[in-house]
Amino acid sequence: MRDVSIIGLGQTPVGEHWELSLRELGFNALNAAMRDARAERVEALYVGNALSGSLTGQEHLGALIADFAGLRGIEAVKVEAACASGAAAFRIGYAMVAGGLADIVAVVGAEKMSDHKPETVTAAMSLGLDGDYEGMQGLTHLGVGALLMRRYMHEHGYERGDFANFAITAHANARANPNAMYRSAISARHFNEAKPMADPVSLFDSAPAADGAACVILAPSQIARDFTDKPVRVRASAVATDTVAAHDRRDPLYLEGAAMSAQRAYAAAGLGPDDIDLLETHDAFTVMSALSLEACGFAARGKGVRLAMDGEIGLRGRIPITTMGGLKARGNPVGATGLYQLVEVAQQLRGEAGDNQVANARLGMAQNIGGSGGTVVTTILERQ
Amino acid sequence: MEVARYWRANRQRYQLVGEVCPNCQGKIFPPRDVCPVCEKEAKTPFTFSGHGEVYSYSTVYQAADGYEQATPYTVAMIRLAEGPLISAQLTDVDESDVKIGMPVEMVTRALREDGERGMIVYGYKFRPVMAVA
Repeated sequence: MRDVSIIGLGQTPVGEHWELSLRELGFNALNAAMRDARAERVEALYVGNALSGSLTGQEHLGALIADFAGLRGIEAVKVEAACASGAAAFRIGYAMVAGGLADIVAVVGAEKMSDHKPETVTAAMSLGLDGDYEGMQGLTHLGVGALLMRRYMHEHGYERGDFANFAITAHANARANPNAMYRSAISARHFNEAKPMADPVSLFDSAPAADGAACVILAPSQIARDFTDKPVRVRASAVATDTVAAHDRRDPLYLEGAAMSAQRAYAAAGLGPDDIDLLETHDAFTVMSALSLEACGFAARGKGVRLAMDGEIGLRGRIPITTMGGLKARGNPVGATGLYQLVEVAQQLRGEAGDNQVANARLGMAQNIGGSGGTVVTTILERQ
Repeated sequence: MEVARYWRANRQRYQLVGEVCPNCQGKIFPPRDVCPVCEKEAKTPFTFSGHGEVYSYSTVYQAADGYEQATPYTVAMIRLAEGPLISAQLTDVDESDVKIGMPVEMVTRALREDGERGMIVYGYKFRPVMAVA
């Protein structure tokens, strides 16, 4: 196995790109990352995308984006794992370089959601659930998040308002991120008075659907400095699975897939939670950040929300999370989200996070969660 | 909704037919032929009583295509009396009266409609256990 580094970063702003198609979004991020890496060509392209079959009427994105980017002929494949598609694609690209099958590899996450009415986006998002036993019953992605949040409050004795700091922190951090969808601060009052979407989940617990694309370029660490002065080393990339249906888990409030994925990443890197300087959580819902913090060992069972209440998740807290706005305020272009997380961690480790810079950040982690926890990808990056 | 896909799961959706593990006696729903607890083969059919209690619940305002005519509706996870947890809608109850731990029983109701000429999908929902008169 070879050490692998990220040598280039690219992202489009997250939002409603009425003028851009899915292939253009993917190309824009790829082009930006290749310029950042000063790479003229890549040997392979992996595209993370979850919803193009239902929302764009288009599959076969590997070849489509490779051709559109002028890279016809290279190896290119789409990778799908619901909301974890982005980091799952990264995992494949990482394995290709680590295993010596390719030297320069691009991983793009791209999603286009704004063309459709909400019922159609909801139906597409529900495809990441268990179709016969969750989706058929009328459950939605949002509905499952609400069931988990209600039970979490019941078992651990929290009120809805106790989750406010997850959303407040994400929005505060998005202000200085030029690529974030909602660059506005919110207060506890905004959070408490927000319209319920699926009680107890309100507008401010839930991440917005969006268009966007992000990209990283990977190379063997040994030659990374030929491309960039600020390579970021991949210390671990680990995937784990759990039941797709939340109700099939031994305990729906314990994300076993997230715990296994984190444990594999820690073991591969020889690190533990105390070594991590920042964590990009998959805050599709506020409760998912709490469950992720618990599964990754940053908080005991039922204490993830306590970390937020105590202000420990801010940029100067014990474990800064959602440092560029998270899914909540940067926006959640589903299959691209895993790549946005990795680009943002890499920005922190390169010292390019601007007003959101976590001081002396050396080791950063991202956890990308598919569905309600059926696929979980944990990645640990280090300043090289 | 495709007719064959609907037909394949009729026994689960109409009668809550799952399986019982001959090794650990664990009850399994939906059927998966392998016990999720002891990982042994488990193909013996088992019909659930349809009784259980509410584990968690919420209300869906923003439904997927095919379900929008029923919004808002209450969804729940139900802990069946025999052990498994399942997801289903609650019916014949106002959401403000739902509580975690509330006893419920299975009934058969329409789940979704595929337009004016499409099929209507029926399946299980749960309602509060009626007091005996």
